[in-house]
Amino acid sequence: MDAFINDRQNQILTKGKDDAAIACGKASVAGSVSQRACVFCGSRVVLYPIADALHLIHGPVGCAAYTWDIRGSLSSGPQIHRLSFTTDLKEKEVVFGGEERLYKALISLIDTYKPKGAFVYATCIVGVIGDDVEAVCRRVTREKGIDVIAVMSEGFNGTKKDGYKIACGALSKLIGTDTTFKAPEYSLNILGDFNLAGELWMLAEYYKKMGVNLVAAMTGDGRVDDIRKAHTAQLNVVQCSGSMIGLAKEMKEKYGIPFMKVSYFGIEDMSDALYEVAKFFKSDEMMEKARALVKEELTTLLPALTQYRQKLEGKKAAIYVGGAFKAISLVKALRLIGMKTVVVGSQTGNVDDYNLLKEMCDDGTIIVDDSNPNELSEFVKQTGANLFIGGVKERPIAYKLGLGFCDHNHERKEALAGYEGMLNFAKEVYASVCSPVWQFMK
Amino acid sequence: MFENAPIIKSTKEFTATRNACKLCAPLGASIAFKGIRGCVPIIHGGQGCATYIRRYLISHFKEPVDIASSNFTEEATVFGGGANCHTAIKNVIGQYKPEVVALTTTCLSETIGDDVKMYIHEFQKDNQLNDLPRFVTASTPSYQGSHMDGFHEAVASAVKTFAKGGEKGTHLNIFPGFVSTEDLRQLKYLLNDFGIDYVLLPDYSETLDNPIWESYKRIPEGGTPVSKIETCGTAAASIEFGTILNFGSLSGRVKNNKLSATGAHYLENEFGVKNYRMSMPIGVKNTDRFIKALEEITGKEMPARYKGERGRLIDSYADGHKYIFGKKAVVYGEEDFVIAMTTFLDEIGVEVVLAATGGESGRLEEQIRENCPERGEQILAKNMFDYEKIREWSIENKPDLFVGNSKAYYIARELNIPIVRCGFPIHDRIGGQRIKHLGYSGTQELFDQVVNAMIQYKQDHSAVGYKYM
Repeated sequence: MDAFINDRQNQILTKGKDDAAIACGKASVAGSVSQRACVFCGSRVVLYPIADALHLIHGPVGCAAYTWDIRGSLSSGPQIHRLSFTTDLKEKEVVFGGEERLYKALISLIDTYKPKGAFVYATCIVGVIGDDVEAVCRRVTREKGIDVIAVMSEGFNGTKKDGYKIACGALSKLIGTDTTFKAPEYSLNILGDFNLAGELWMLAEYYKKMGVNLVAAMTGDGRVDDIRKAHTAQLNVVQCSGSMIGLAKEMKEKYGIPFMKVSYFGIEDMSDALYEVAKFFKSDEMMEKARALVKEELTTLLPALTQYRQKLEGKKAAIYVGGAFKAISLVKALRLIGMKTVVVGSQTGNVDDYNLLKEMCDDGTIIVDDSNPNELSEFVKQTGANLFIGGVKERPIAYKLGLGFCDHNHERKEALAGYEGMLNFAKEVYASVCSPVWQFMK
Repeated sequence: MFENAPIIKSTKEFTATRNACKLCAPLGASIAFKGIRGCVPIIHGGQGCATYIRRYLISHFKEPVDIASSNFTEEATVFGGGANCHTAIKNVIGQYKPEVVALTTTCLSETIGDDVKMYIHEFQKDNQLNDLPRFVTASTPSYQGSHMDGFHEAVASAVKTFAKGGEKGTHLNIFPGFVSTEDLRQLKYLLNDFGIDYVLLPDYSETLDNPIWESYKRIPEGGTPVSKIETCGTAAASIEFGTILNFGSLSGRVKNNKLSATGAHYLENEFGVKNYRMSMPIGVKNTDRFIKALEEITGKEMPARYKGERGRLIDSYADGHKYIFGKKAVVYGEEDFVIAMTTFLDEIGVEVVLAATGGESGRLEEQIRENCPERGEQILAKNMFDYEKIREWSIENKPDLFVGNSKAYYIARELNIPIVRCGFPIHDRIGGQRIKHLGYSGTQELFDQVVNAMIQYKQDHSAVGYKYM
C-alpha cells in the first residue's frame, strides 16, 4: 500500500488479518482527497428537507450554490427548501461585517416567502469576521414572530459529524414549543429519514397500517409545526443513527422519550423496524398487523427477487457510503440477492459500527474509514468487485474501472427503503452489474 | 400537491441572492489547473470547499475529479494554515507524484491572511534534496467575483509563473476561456489542420474527459505541459476568447495589485506578444473573426474542410431561418458565454429578450450592444442576476425559449417552454462535457438544436402529429 497516506494505515483493516480496532472519528489528513465535506455540509443536509422553513446561508456564494436542490428529499406541499438563499458576501462585508446585510436579507425573504421558521447557516468566513449571527436571529425572531434559528456551522470547526450535532441542536430548539398538542395513543417520531424519492411516505404508510401514528418526521417532508410537537410522541425510531442519535438521546433525557435504532434497508432490517415498534407498544393486535403486512409484502417481493438473485449469485460488491449504519444494512441486503461484500467503508462510522461490520463480513473483506479515490480504486482492483455502492463522487471511479454502480446517497431518485425499495435495489444492481456494456471495458 | 415558489414581481429587490447564477472562484481555478499536465490542485481552506467543488464538477464531467484539500481545522484558522499547507503538499506529492502542484485559496484562508507563496517557499527550502514538482498558486477568495474570475486568475497565474522570454517563435498562444472539453478538441483539430504550432491553455480536454481506463490513473492523461507554457513568452501572438474576462468591476485588492490581468494581457505587457482579444467563436461572424485572425497571424489560408463547414452552416441558416425568426429567447450563464451566444442568436433572427448573468463586471450591457447589430438595443442585459430573477422576469414576459445550462430547467418546465442545454453546468443529462459550441461545426449543432426545439414545440402542441416541417 505504498503511495497511500501513511497516517491513515490504522483507518484501514482486512478481516482475518488485522486484529486491532479501526481508528475512526478523526479529522481528515491534510492533502487527502477525502469524500467527506465539512461541518456546514453536515448541518445543511440534516435540516434541508424541512420544507416550510427558510434556509439562508450566510457567506460568500459558493456554499449556497453547491447545496442548491442537493438532496432528493420530497415535500408533499411547500417547496421553500428547494430554493437556495445566500447573503452572497462580498469583500465589503468581509471587511466591515455582514450583520446588516444578513438582517436585510432575512426581512425581505421572510416578508415574501412567509416561512414557518428560518435557519441561518454560518459558514467559515462568518466565524472569522465575527458576525453575531445569533443576535441578528434573535432580533428578527422578535420582529417577525417566527423562530429564526442560528446554525453555527462554520466549516472548519470540526467534521461533518459535528455539523449533524449542530443541526440537532437547532431542531431541539423547536421541539417542545407547541404546548397545546396532545399526541394520540401509539404515536412516534421518525428520525433520520429524509424522504428521498418518497421513502418516508412508504414508511409512514407501513406504520399507519399497524395503527401507529406519526407525530413528526425529522426531517423528511418536515414541517416546523410538526417538529414543535415532537416531544409528545411516545417513541423515537432513529435511522441514519450517525446524524440523529444525539437528538434522540437528548429527547430521552429531556422528555423521557425512549428511542430505538432501526434501518429500513433490506427485508430483515425493515421487518425488524416494524416488529420492534409493535413490541414496544406491547400490543398483540399491532404485532398481528405487522406480521400480516410483512407477509403480504414478502409474498410478492420474494418471488420477484429470485430472478435477480439467480443472475447476481456470487458477484462481489464494494460499499462506500456516508454513514456506517447504512453500510451494515447494505451488507445484509446484498446477501439477500446472493452478493458478497468485499470492501465496506463509510465517511463517519464509529467504533461500534465498524466492529459490527467486522463481525458480519467474511474474511478478507476490507473495512475502511474516511477513504479517498486512490484507496477505493485500489481496493476494488484487489478484491475484484463487480459492483460499487456509493454516491456521486464514487460513481466515476466505478465506471472508469468498468464495474457496475448503485447510487445510494442523498441525491438518488430511486426509493431504496422498505420492501418496494428492496426490489428497486435489486433491479438497479442487476441493471448495472449485468449490463452488456462492460464487455467493451475488459 | 407540489407548490411552485410564489410568483413575485420581477421589480422587487432582495438583499439575498436567490438561486445564484454563478459559482465561487476556487471552482473556476480548479478547472483551469486541471488543464495543466500532471497537475493536482489543492484547495487551501476547509474540507467542504474541495468536496463540494469536486461533486459539482463530477456531476457535469462524469469523470473522477481529484482535488485535494488542506482540511482547515479551528487551530489552523486561529494560528494560520501553514502547517496544514505543508502537510497537504507533502501528502499530495506522496500519493500522486504530480508534475505540478497548484494551490488555490478560499475565503477562509484569504481572510485570515495566509501567505501561500511563502508556505511554498518554505516547503521548497525544507525539501531541497528532493525532486520537487513545480508550484503555481491562485488567489481566489470566493467573496470576489465569480468562478470565471477564479478561472482567469489561475490561467494568468500559470502564465506569470512559467512563461519565459527569448527569441521569437512562430507558435501561437490560444487562451480559450471556459469552454467544453469537446470545444477544446475541436480547436486542436482546427489548429492542426491549419498546420499551426500552438500552446492551448488550459487544455482539460482529456484530463476531464478521459477514455475508459485499464487501471486507475491517479492523474489522468492530457493537459498542457509546463514546458509548453514556458514558451508562451516567445509566441508570435496570443488569441484570447472573451471580452469581459476578469477585467470587471472588481472591488479592492484584486485590482490594486494587478492580479486581474489575464495571461494574454500579461504576455503582451511583459514580452510584447501581440494579443488578439475576441468573442468566443460562436456564430458565423464570431468564427469568421477568429479564422481571419489565424490567417492574418500565420499567413496561411483556411483549410478546405472549414470552408465546407462554413458553407453548410450558412446553407442551413437558409433552411431553418423561418422557424426561429422573432422567437423570444432568454440566454444566461457566464458573461463571455452569454455575449457570444447572444451574438449568434442575434445573427439568425432570434430575439434575445433577456441576457442575464450572475457575473459582476458591469459591462455585459455595453458588450451586448456592441456585438448585436440586429436588435442589440432592445435586449435587456443584466449583470448580477440570479435564477429567481430570471424566473420572475420570464413569468411576466413569456419568452419562447431558454438557452443555457441545466440549472434553469425548473423555470422552463414551469413556463412549459423548451430549453436548449449548453454551457456549464449540465447536471441533468449525460454528455454535457461533449456539447460543441465553437467554430462553424459547433455553431451548426447549436443552430440545429435551436431550430428543432422550436419545431418540436410547435409539433408537440399541434392538434395533429404532422410528418413534414
